Amino acid sequence: MGRKLLLDKAHIPGIRYYDTYKGNGGYAAAEKALKGMTPDQVLDEVKKSGLRGRGGAGFPTGMKWSFIAKPEGVPRYLVCNADESEPGTFKDRYLMEFIPHALIEGLIISSYTLGANTCYIYIRGEYAWIPEILEEAIADAKKNGWLGKNILGSGFDLEIYVQRGAGAYICGEETALIESLEGKRGNPRIKPPFPAVKGLWQSPTVVNNVETLAAVVPILNIGGEEYAKIGIGKSTGTKLISACGNINKPGVYEIEMNISVEEFIYSEEYCGGIPNGKRLKACIPGGSSVPILPANLLFKTAKGETRMMTYESLADGGFLTGTAMGSGGFIVLDEDQCIVKNTLTFARFYRHESCGQCSPCREGTGWMEKLLKNIDSGRGKMSDIDLLWDIQRKIEGNTICPLGDAAAWPVAAAIRHFRDEFEWHITHPEEAQARNYGLAHYADPREIAVPA
Amino acid sequence: MADEQKLFKVTIDNITVEVAPGTTILNAARLIGGDIVPPAMCYYSKLQGSGGKCRTCLVKVTKGSEADPRPMPKLVASCRTTVMDGMEVANITSPEVVDARKSIVEFLLINHPLDCPVCDQAGECHLQDLSYEHGVSATRYEFKRRTFDKVDLGDHIKLHMTRCILCYRCVFTADQLTDKREHGILGRGDHSEISTYIEQNLDNDFIGNVIDVCPVGALTDKTFRFKNRVWFLKPVDAHRDCENPKCCGKTVLWMRGDEVFRVTARKDQYGEVEAYICDTCRFEKKETSDWVIEGPRKINRHSVISQGHYVGMVKPQETIVKVMDGRAPKLLMDIHRVSEVNRPEIDLSKIEGPAHSDDFKINGVHPQ
Repeated sequence: MGRKLLLDKAHIPGIRYYDTYKGNGGYAAAEKALKGMTPDQVLDEVKKSGLRGRGGAGFPTGMKWSFIAKPEGVPRYLVCNADESEPGTFKDRYLMEFIPHALIEGLIISSYTLGANTCYIYIRGEYAWIPEILEEAIADAKKNGWLGKNILGSGFDLEIYVQRGAGAYICGEETALIESLEGKRGNPRIKPPFPAVKGLWQSPTVVNNVETLAAVVPILNIGGEEYAKIGIGKSTGTKLISACGNINKPGVYEIEMNISVEEFIYSEEYCGGIPNGKRLKACIPGGSSVPILPANLLFKTAKGETRMMTYESLADGGFLTGTAMGSGGFIVLDEDQCIVKNTLTFARFYRHESCGQCSPCREGTGWMEKLLKNIDSGRGKMSDIDLLWDIQRKIEGNTICPLGDAAAWPVAAAIRHFRDEFEWHITHPEEAQARNYGLAHYADPREIAVPA
Repeated sequence: MADEQKLFKVTIDNITVEVAPGTTILNAARLIGGDIVPPAMCYYSKLQGSGGKCRTCLVKVTKGSEADPRPMPKLVASCRTTVMDGMEVANITSPEVVDARKSIVEFLLINHPLDCPVCDQAGECHLQDLSYEHGVSATRYEFKRRTFDKVDLGDHIKLHMTRCILCYRCVFTADQLTDKREHGILGRGDHSEISTYIEQNLDNDFIGNVIDVCPVGALTDKTFRFKNRVWFLKPVDAHRDCENPKCCGKTVLWMRGDEVFRVTARKDQYGEVEAYICDTCRFEKKETSDWVIEGPRKINRHSVISQGHYVGMVKPQETIVKVMDGRAPKLLMDIHRVSEVNRPEIDLSKIEGPAHSDDFKINGVHPQ
């Protein structure tokens, strides 16, 4: 059994409510921080823990916090990014819905560390029932003296507000989120200036993912050094993975970052294998934005090493043969799935969610969707594949925010690894309407590249 | 002393210039001038917050600064990236930048109607210039282009969203120049559109400036629509004492003969207005007698207009009367007798909207 830090008490009945949470060791970390530690000491613990952002980019949280500007007389803000909209990712929902106080406690400690007296939880509009849960938790925490003025006599004030988004994926990008929070259209800002210098209402702001902020609680409970012992290398601690697709047990799992991808998919503790005796075809291990990998690159890297569920190992091989941890939306595709259709679904999503601010993303995402639709419905041309490749190449890196990249990568990876399937759709248009390409050679062992 | 500020040295395409800290790469390039200036479709120096959106001004920073010489990992929007001391930038010397710019032009054009032959902006359109300079001759886009219905924004402005490249300049203009915010962007992604709330009229003293800032033909002057091609008109500088204290009264009249077809603000070589003018000057003062004419205006940017800029033009001498011993030539046919749309007493510039054969009727019937 892997060690559980975030979900260890998730199955205690009533853990959603303050009394049960408190009665099971809750708010101990907040008390420890506010009563006995200076903000710098907490920051030190977080730095020592090696905690990395759980929202997708994997940036070291301690370092991010140390970048925040501290000009005199200007308020600082902590914003919790709960705009979890990546297809395949639903880990934050679980955390907020079932253990809301873990997030509140994490917010108290993090705000204390950053010197922020106001904290916002920006939650996606589609999570319509969760704001109530959070607001109830905030009210209970306030009633018990964990929020408000002079918390625990430490002289630290904090208010937490929940703000609902209106259902735009782009508002998960931190500057778009800030714009939206300010009541404006959710267009990403041009950086620099970064939010750490000029964020919400032109004040220094830190935006962190729900899971990142909740992970601060176990870090303080067990100590940064202890936390850093879990996992491999720079991938420390535990990570929530929301597994879905063709697996026996879809759901949210907390893993120590020291297990292999193969173990994660096939062990009974986690996904429990693929149903109906089907074979694995491909996997998107970090939410729709990360590159898709065929089965023969998923368990072993191009170098022949076992691929582990860590930031580094998943990314091993870069864009050519690797993928990324992303936000932990683990999507498994079995041999009956069509990669072209899957890519089209993602392309449609990104076309629909592009903010339309900068030209490559606004025009390019729609173009890619139309081409993929043609290929999928049997009207494609061989030149469309190269055109798709060219379009994604021209979107990537040329946009204001990472949505352009996120739209380009799935298309690029699908063409890179599954080009035969695209070609088959074009050369066999009628057959492709009737059946799927199947597993083909995508699980065949690869020749291991010998370093030159 | 505070004004003895240290200047930053920046090298763009191997040309070095010294600029004040806080200058953007684009503005540094404009100080150098010439071919190395990146094109800008959305940046407008007079509008705060503009720029960064169209991505045509992308450049490569090959050396970050003297202190941190690492190159920047991605191409950056030169209009929104400030220079650092010792920065080295590659614009037209970088094949990567040239390639990226080509693709941006392609993206901007895939949904553009390419209706230049009937578009009033043709001849002074930034997108036209951009496509000439950086575009390719054929499109790879084989799908139906995105279209929108034309919308009237008040009495004087026509919005044709189909042509829009979503540069947001008009939004910033409306926000920063006029008293109340009236229009913005609706929708998102490729279906986003410039709009007013429930097609409300745009009605205040300076809203006409959105026509001048629009780089394409999406916002056009309804008093000028379909009246004439800009390159057939003669631009002259003129001014008047405008009653509106915020209006500079300095304009360009676009004339043919003595008719004033349209009035615009004066624009510099990058197509940016020198100073904003009010709607009274723009839409209502269409008589030469309203204006003090200063002289012909030289248009740098748009080559087609410069073709006829009338400077130092010598009219050929009329010789017929001389060779005919002072007699006037006898007309074999008077065009006005056979053509109903050629009545000389009707001023094209005065016709409300595009000219129609009905405009030439006398008492409801066409002259025979």
